[in-house]
Amino acid sequence: MSISQPLTRADDPVGQPDERPVLRVDNLVVEYPSGRFRRPPVRVLHEVSISINRSQTLGLVGESGSGKTTLGRAILGLAPVRSGKITFLGRDITHAARRERRQLGADLQVVFQDPYTSLNPSMRVADILSEPLRVRGYGKAAGRERVRELLDRVALPTNAADRLPREFSGGQRQRVAIARALALSPKLIICDEPVSALDLSTQARVLDLLLEIQRDTGVAYLFVSHDLDVVRHVSHDVAVMLHGDIVEQGPSAQVIEDPQHAYTQRLLLASPVPDPDEQRERREQRRRVLAEST
Amino acid sequence: MTDSLASPILPEVEIGETPTARSGMLRRLLHDPAGVVALSLLLVVVVIGIIGPWIAPYDPSHAALSQAFKSPSGQHWLGTDSAGRDIFSRILAGTRGTIVSAAIAIAVAEVVGVTTGLVAGYYGKWMDLLGNWVSNILLSLPAVIVLIASAAALGKAVAISMTVFGVLVSAGVYRLTRSTVRTVRNELYVDAARVSGVRDMSIIGRHILYVVRSPLIIQAAVLAGFAITIQASLEFLGLGQPGSVTWGVMLNEGVTNIYTNTDLVLWPAIAITLTVATFVVLGSALRDALEGRPATPRRRRSRHEPARVLAAHAGVVGSAMSAPTDALLTVRNLGIGYPIAGRDAIRPVVEDVSFHVNPGEVLGIVGESGSGKTQTAFAILGLLPLEARVLSGSVDFAGHQLIKNGDTAPKEISALRGRRIAYIPQEPLSNLDPNFTIGHQLTRPLVKKLGLSKADAKKRALELLDSVGIADAQRVVRSYAHQISGGMAQRVLIAGAISCKPDLLVADEPTTALDVTVQADVLDLLRDLQQQLGMAMLMVTHNFGVVSDICDRVVVMQSGLLVESGDVTTVLRSPREPYTQSLLRAMLHNKPPMTRLTADVD
Repeated sequence: MSISQPLTRADDPVGQPDERPVLRVDNLVVEYPSGRFRRPPVRVLHEVSISINRSQTLGLVGESGSGKTTLGRAILGLAPVRSGKITFLGRDITHAARRERRQLGADLQVVFQDPYTSLNPSMRVADILSEPLRVRGYGKAAGRERVRELLDRVALPTNAADRLPREFSGGQRQRVAIARALALSPKLIICDEPVSALDLSTQARVLDLLLEIQRDTGVAYLFVSHDLDVVRHVSHDVAVMLHGDIVEQGPSAQVIEDPQHAYTQRLLLASPVPDPDEQRERREQRRRVLAEST
Repeated sequence: MTDSLASPILPEVEIGETPTARSGMLRRLLHDPAGVVALSLLLVVVVIGIIGPWIAPYDPSHAALSQAFKSPSGQHWLGTDSAGRDIFSRILAGTRGTIVSAAIAIAVAEVVGVTTGLVAGYYGKWMDLLGNWVSNILLSLPAVIVLIASAAALGKAVAISMTVFGVLVSAGVYRLTRSTVRTVRNELYVDAARVSGVRDMSIIGRHILYVVRSPLIIQAAVLAGFAITIQASLEFLGLGQPGSVTWGVMLNEGVTNIYTNTDLVLWPAIAITLTVATFVVLGSALRDALEGRPATPRRRRSRHEPARVLAAHAGVVGSAMSAPTDALLTVRNLGIGYPIAGRDAIRPVVEDVSFHVNPGEVLGIVGESGSGKTQTAFAILGLLPLEARVLSGSVDFAGHQLIKNGDTAPKEISALRGRRIAYIPQEPLSNLDPNFTIGHQLTRPLVKKLGLSKADAKKRALELLDSVGIADAQRVVRSYAHQISGGMAQRVLIAGAISCKPDLLVADEPTTALDVTVQADVLDLLRDLQQQLGMAMLMVTHNFGVVSDICDRVVVMQSGLLVESGDVTTVLRSPREPYTQSLLRAMLHNKPPMTRLTADVD
């Protein structure tokens, strides 16, 4: 990466957090039709509430089936909201019509988990990146210029524009997906497990990139992940989800260093650490906690 | 972490080598002999269709009764028919009608089928229901009878019959389009486009139509052949346009005069058959070109001599010398490669890898995707994909030579596999057969491999499930794979693996697909079983946490090479090699949040 500025700057926009939330979700309920005649719908989110401030990251951690991905999709308008309220930049977008949704695309963006299926395999990178730009009426020349800037932003070579997604590795594809999300300078990006399909060293580079983009642009993230270590690394606040509920929520350091809810404790102790002695201790502690709870 | 049998090696960015999809398709088509033949024949047919009437030596409708039933000669190359008309000229002139009828049918079928299929597939709900109803009705109508009826009601023009036929077969096009759209519609890139505010019409045009395109092209080629046959049949039945010169009409006349001159049937029949065959062959060539030819593994035993010589040399001085003589498993200078498509060369994915596993010891193989760790494990198990080649090296297991100087001994391996060497896979659920109960899948190897009676096997299966911490074993035995969770499925597979009390358990990322709390449980289980049974384990993983949790020793692999090995505490606390150091640096544990993880160089 060719990033010259140091990570902590004197005029760090993160320094004084802006208290107006970018996104507020109040008592959100999401239900999917059960698909069977006269069967009640399946409720995947039970009255979930979160709030994200400008330039901040909320880490959403949970295991499979916890509803963390659904929460992200509901905010993007990709999941059926039963009740509750989603407020984005002061506007109620809970049931935004398609027209309004299209306008939201400039401020609310997404990076998906799987960099292999989130990019159309038959489109060149330049076309993928200029798609959101065309919607906003960018001209050809301006669009090309912006694509160049975006590729530079995510540290991909300029000639990447003319290639197809399959010519890139997983980490590079995820960079393309991040560049697409950045195209219209959004205020909030929903990152749905953006690094969990990546190798360890690639994960580190992508996390560096996401943090750096936040410092430079002041974008807020809803960072969905199953990995507590990843969430701790990037998040200001953390919310822990289990079976469609948020069981614990608060500042990152507090939730992860001193978890209050039994599930958060179990989650923390289950994640193995790369030191045999420390891991043995953690394992024994986990067994004690499990023995106590049963 | 995505190592799998299906995609053994993915090269990192190969710059400029991959052409765009479209040019690739044409290029592949032209590289396929069948494609070249079909394309040239089609070209000939189309050209004749255009210029046929002008190059015909005679007027195709000019009757000369004195010339009737002439045999082929210099004047009349294919002879003359019952009215003395030149058969060759009539074949040439009839080509246009054939091409036009195919073109009309295809155009109507594609326009109707694709638009309705796109709408029904993308929007779903009532449009989908309606579309399905209509297509079901169309598909249940007998085409020929409908066509005969339409000829009676609407007239005998080719345009009419082929339009009706096009509507009838559009049901097939609709179904194909709809089902393809439904799979693409939920792709993440379509979601991303929607989030970006792209309009539905634009999404359909840019993202969806493109994917539907290739199956439709293939289907259209086959439909064209079908349309030609149908049109010829109608004309043969006397439902063609009166007075027109077409192959079907010629066929009809040929049959009428079949006792006088058999040749009259022959020529139009050959013309129809050739044209239809052209479309069918073109269809299958297009399929190969668009969807990628199934790899044809050339099972030549290419020996890759230089590698062998090198390996043999390395064997003398290599690090494998350090393997203790009482090791359970010894891998020496193992090399594995895959043939590069289209070139007579082999790309190595594992090179000169040596390590050993002592009895009762847990050895971790850790590395990122493409490091060759899974390939190494599969070579030991004799489970490499067919096209893989063992290039060099040897694998010894408890006095048995599984691989000897680059030659595998499949019989030796299969005799040991499931008796002394067991395996647990990465994706537990996809490794259970959905068609059989868990109980059946557990007892079968006990009966077949270990020779237990059915009753004993069932009892043993219940014991095994109990020993892997499954509380209600009775219920699980009766369950199918889809009725149990991933963690439960992995426990079942572990139960199966330890059923033979193996000396060595090879575990390929056994916890990667599991949630972190389930992973901890499964690791606990594996550790307990390993200690109880005193078995050795080969743990393939990308996760240093898993390594530190369960392994005694570890080897680190990178791009097919073994870069570092040693006991777990040493390697994890004070790694020698820069690669191991960089991997450990990328771990997030104990790192101050929101700090840089990588150095400035990418």
